[in-house]
Amino acid sequence: MNTLAGTGALVRLILRRDRVLMPLWVVLMALVPMFLGSSIKQLYPTAAAVSEYARENLGNSTFIVLYGRIYDTSLGGVTFWRASSGMLIIGIISMLVVIRHTRVEEEAGRRELVGSAVVGRHAGLAAALVATIGANLVLAVLLALGLTGLGLPAGGSFAAGLAWAATGGIFAAVGALVAQLTEGAGAARGVGVTVAGAAFLLRAAGDVAGEGADPSWVSWLSPLGWMSQMRAFGQQRWWVLVPAVALIALLVAVAFALQARRDVGAGLLPPRLGPAEAAAGLRSPLALAWRLHRGGLIGWTAGFAVLGAVFGGVAKSAQDMLAGNQQLMEIFERMGGESALSDVVIAGTMGVSALIVSGYAVQATLRMRTEEAALRSEPVLVTRVGRISWALSHLVFAIFGPLVAMAAEGLVTGLVYGASVGDPGREIPRGLAAALVQLPAVWVLAGLTTALFGLRPRLAPAVGWAGLGVCLFLGLIGAAVQLSQAVLDVSPFTHIPKIPGGDLAVVPLVVLIVIAGALLALGLAAFRRRDVPVV
Amino acid sequence: MENILTASGLRKHFGSTRALDGLDLEVRRGEVHGFLGPNGAGKTTTIRILLGLLKADAGTVRLFDGDPWNDATTLHRRLAYVPGDVTLWPNLSGGEVIDLLGRLRGGLDDTRKNELLERFDLDPKKKGRAYSKGNRQKVGLVAALASNVELLLLDEPTSGLDPLMEEVFRQVVAEEQARDGRTVLLSSHILSEVEALCDRVSIVRDGRTVETGTLTELRHLTRTTITAELASPPDGLADLPGVHELQVDGTQVRFEVDTPELDAALRQLTAAGVRGLVSRPPTLEELFLRHYKTGEVKAEVAR
Repeated sequence: MNTLAGTGALVRLILRRDRVLMPLWVVLMALVPMFLGSSIKQLYPTAAAVSEYARENLGNSTFIVLYGRIYDTSLGGVTFWRASSGMLIIGIISMLVVIRHTRVEEEAGRRELVGSAVVGRHAGLAAALVATIGANLVLAVLLALGLTGLGLPAGGSFAAGLAWAATGGIFAAVGALVAQLTEGAGAARGVGVTVAGAAFLLRAAGDVAGEGADPSWVSWLSPLGWMSQMRAFGQQRWWVLVPAVALIALLVAVAFALQARRDVGAGLLPPRLGPAEAAAGLRSPLALAWRLHRGGLIGWTAGFAVLGAVFGGVAKSAQDMLAGNQQLMEIFERMGGESALSDVVIAGTMGVSALIVSGYAVQATLRMRTEEAALRSEPVLVTRVGRISWALSHLVFAIFGPLVAMAAEGLVTGLVYGASVGDPGREIPRGLAAALVQLPAVWVLAGLTTALFGLRPRLAPAVGWAGLGVCLFLGLIGAAVQLSQAVLDVSPFTHIPKIPGGDLAVVPLVVLIVIAGALLALGLAAFRRRDVPVV
Repeated sequence: MENILTASGLRKHFGSTRALDGLDLEVRRGEVHGFLGPNGAGKTTTIRILLGLLKADAGTVRLFDGDPWNDATTLHRRLAYVPGDVTLWPNLSGGEVIDLLGRLRGGLDDTRKNELLERFDLDPKKKGRAYSKGNRQKVGLVAALASNVELLLLDEPTSGLDPLMEEVFRQVVAEEQARDGRTVLLSSHILSEVEALCDRVSIVRDGRTVETGTLTELRHLTRTTITAELASPPDGLADLPGVHELQVDGTQVRFEVDTPELDAALRQLTAAGVRGLVSRPPTLEELFLRHYKTGEVKAEVAR
């Protein structure tokens, strides 16, 4: 039988199931560069002003870590550079979409039902890839049209669009591969996101470490590094699409080969047997929650320790760069001495980390909803465990998990930076403080999600993630698109004092903690009064 | 005998859907009570109200000597529950789930657990995601049956079990009752299972209890099927009240008769001279289908 039979029908099934979600992410992501471009244009109306801004930031280590290097100082080049974090986001979305339509389907047993019809062995995987890569190509066209609409050259606009689409395609192929490895979709997502995180870190490390105008070879280990080498609007390097397409073809071929060698529903990594009896400690809702959350907690903490090492190193190289620039040196000396620049870098990177760790807080909070919808809360709630202690067993991880991860990052940042400037005794507590001061804002998002879980459980996942999305938008893009302070103030992260370097304003922190506590209490009170399960 | 649980006039709406519409249920201490009804009749909703998971819109519920909604955790020490679709944590082994749930309930009989694992032929080392539907169901059953509780709430517990395991289930439930005098509320679709195990039965339809009583009592309310070989063709049988579906083929007759009219019908037969007689009480299936079908007729009329 043709192993691809039925692919067309399955592509239509995917488009039908994702008829809201897919257009949403394609259009929203395609608009991001256009919005950024138009706001840069408003801030710096002339070409000279834009290139002045770009030159000022050529050596800014925080920007190099977050967005990469600037290869062209025209409006187009600066827009492509400033929007580059969108490439990582589009990559992760594409990967999750492929896993959603392959491994999730298998795990739920729906793949089996579909597979019994006239559908080839590879049709499901092929359909997921066709739909996802197709969506990325549509995104490329929309993105390019948006940028040409700003008056930017068409060649550069399409180069930018294709760089984004190629990144989406590469990570879609990564998704196809990791979906073959494990029986559980959750584990596949974990492996995939780790790969994406590694790609980001390699790109960041390579770009920071580079000599002169070029990044070091380390950047070339990461697909995100290649795609920024497209250098859209500058000296365009169309040839970077060749290794991208080759990598996609290779990953897809490997995924297909792996799929041909395994049973439906099985993973390549064999499922392990568990103990026949529970350990003596597995006797409370908290012990159960620990089993369910420990993988996430360990993963996030390890990831954030690595981030801390990278950011600690960045703070040091920022200082080195400053040493070579007499003019900037004088500015920073006036601002508060030699350490001012590294302080700004540490405070800035901690702010970004707090946004990322909020994803963990929201995810851990929504675990309650996942358990409820899968009817796994029921067997626990019909024992002598009360609703509040069940909910708290999960919320412990939503509240203290981000604390542990941020503390790890702060410690390592302080240690790495402190060791490099020869004063770890001073820098470790400063790094730790910079990390921990962020937590009240993270807790507000956990509180919001808990309140939704109690009051409107069906909406909790969508609105909880949307809340984080709004904070990400306001935090990363809001200032660049010149939103008013009143709008920026909506995000709890806006109110976090800039530590180290700035003043430790206690009042906003206390207010945020009170808001988070009130939202948590509201959610728990509502959960105690409502029907369970709401499915 | 003392009631272990009493529900009367239970009502529950989910949005515009009416799940329960004045349901009554009484379960006595020490009995196995069958809870019968088609899909969507409100069985699971009732059980969830008894567990204090859902709050009834109207009506009263007493479980042991408390209110399931307000005293949920105290009452839960005394009962165990098996849902119709047991879902397990993918990364916990079956054995871990059984021990955990037992401990959360307040105690597990280890000897009993090992015996049940053996009889249900369940491998406790597999992870939750690796179990088939039937094996997940066994995990739930072992966890509940090995707990030291007074009341078992079983919501279609044997769905997905093979006939062999179904038989083991029947033996185990019969033992439970005989040995410890445990009370069981068994919601089920499988009428032979209910017929074999249950002392009393409640039949629900559209969120309301339509019949309740022992099987004998229920049979009394319905028709007996009579087949007779007579000496001469029968006379006047068709005119008797309570006789239905009469078929006469020479001296062979076959009909159904309402149980209160049985005496009169038999008198008519003996008048014609009885050569052979088979009388068959209604099966539970017929009882059930009778209620189920009247529902269909109503629906057709409404259309």
